[in-house]
Amino acid sequence: MALIKCPKCGYQEDTTGLLTVCPKCRADLTQVMHEVGKTGKKGRGGLVRDDSVTTHEFIVRTKGLTKEYTMGDQTVRALRGVNLDIRRGEYLSIMGPSGSGKSTLFNMVGGLDKPTSGTCFIEEVDMAQLDAFELAWLRCRKIGYIFQSFNLIPVMTALENVTLPMIFAGMSTDEMMERGRTLLDLVGLGERIHHKPFELSGGQQQRVAVARSLANSPAIILADEPTGNLDLQTGKEIIDLLKELNEESGVTIISATHDLKMIDVSDRIVHIRDGDVERIERREDIELEVGTLGGE
Amino acid sequence: MIDIKKLAELSRQTDTELKIGRQITLPWGNAFKISMRNVTLRLGRAAITASGVVLGIAFLMSVWTSRVAIEGIERFEQQSARAVSAMDEEGNLIGPGAEEALAEKNRRNARQNWLVVMSLLVCTVGITNSMLMSVTERFREIGTMKCLGALDVFIVRLFLIETAFLGFLGSVVGVIIGHVIMLITYTIKDHSVAAKMDWGEMLMYVLIALAIGTFLSFIAAIPPAVRAARMPPAAALQTEI
Repeated sequence: MALIKCPKCGYQEDTTGLLTVCPKCRADLTQVMHEVGKTGKKGRGGLVRDDSVTTHEFIVRTKGLTKEYTMGDQTVRALRGVNLDIRRGEYLSIMGPSGSGKSTLFNMVGGLDKPTSGTCFIEEVDMAQLDAFELAWLRCRKIGYIFQSFNLIPVMTALENVTLPMIFAGMSTDEMMERGRTLLDLVGLGERIHHKPFELSGGQQQRVAVARSLANSPAIILADEPTGNLDLQTGKEIIDLLKELNEESGVTIISATHDLKMIDVSDRIVHIRDGDVERIERREDIELEVGTLGGE
Repeated sequence: MIDIKKLAELSRQTDTELKIGRQITLPWGNAFKISMRNVTLRLGRAAITASGVVLGIAFLMSVWTSRVAIEGIERFEQQSARAVSAMDEEGNLIGPGAEEALAEKNRRNARQNWLVVMSLLVCTVGITNSMLMSVTERFREIGTMKCLGALDVFIVRLFLIETAFLGFLGSVVGVIIGHVIMLITYTIKDHSVAAKMDWGEMLMYVLIALAIGTFLSFIAAIPPAVRAARMPPAAALQTEI
């Protein structure tokens, strides 16, 4: 909890949320919040969040995002100034051939890597301004990650994998076990909570990953090629699961993919080519014949 | 079938409903559990890491056991020689051959100290190497943990608990191996060596060896653990092994 005071109208609120705009006069509170965060214990209060107050239209914004990698004496420009606004509650797909920079963009948005220049805002908070603790907090609480290769911890059971982010969030053991069990039950793995990842099929592992991404009720789910290692049918199941989640809970889903099945469910498709946005399509605008799978 | 409504409801819960504050924590209890899980489930890897310590400490212990054994035997011989020859106040022989005996003892001690240093070096290099290996093969896992919100210090903590445990276990095994082998060797030479040894001194050496083994493992694990923890998650996730 931190007391935030609006410099313009004097409005005060003791908040636990990402309060970046004054609810009364709409003044920008980012700077105030950052200072409050600095004076808090060990600068651990920069991110202050209250769900009822955060109503920014855009949950993620990038401004002139560039990323350069040095390979030997060559500089590879993976991103060349990407400007992208992602709306709250949107299902957004980032598409592009391999090497186009979509994974790099994904890493920037997810706070997994730092851009060479440009800024990336999450809930209007500049990620470059966050210290290590705030960044970890953001990853733990605001973002759920799903990967192509599932990335479950191999030595832990499905349940332990799902509860790991809850341990970091400081949930009590009982609450955590209960929630983990329920989440796994809801993704259809109620019988397999004590199985290790290698005892599960690809589709089941990915469902554990989906359950894990929901562990701390994130605002954004980032999925990097979630269907890349799955067969058609299982891939479709995962996509449907994500889509239904997006519709029912309003969680923002950002997915890097080149799976055409994704187009069908995405609100917008961002096409990336050579490190820049080539074009953005809205689902309404595209008529696409996506072949249905047998048995449906 | 998947109950999406319930799932969506769960995924919308606020901090208050989740009963969590703004902290990021890894309680020691959980850290211990995760580390122990890593040891028991990667037994092969753990055995390799520990074997570095086992070898080093066994070497160290064999040197110390033989020192205690030789001193014990000498003391016994001196006591029986006391009747026939004179001695100074420190218990060293005086008379014919005394100087050679003293010089020989000093030479032996210097040689043994050199061996001790060597064995510790072997120990440290062995542990650092196997720690580097075990950290490297877990880069992806470390990246994943950081994605889930782990702070750098959590990663270091997990690795340090693991190596401290392995280091202690390896030291115990090493002490037993080194001690037993040397004891057997000397018992073959002199059947009553066990009675002639100073067991108080021996116990002190055992404790020192255990402490050194654990401490060296701990120190040797810090650089690779810190390196792994500092990696940006994106880079850690991309490593293919």
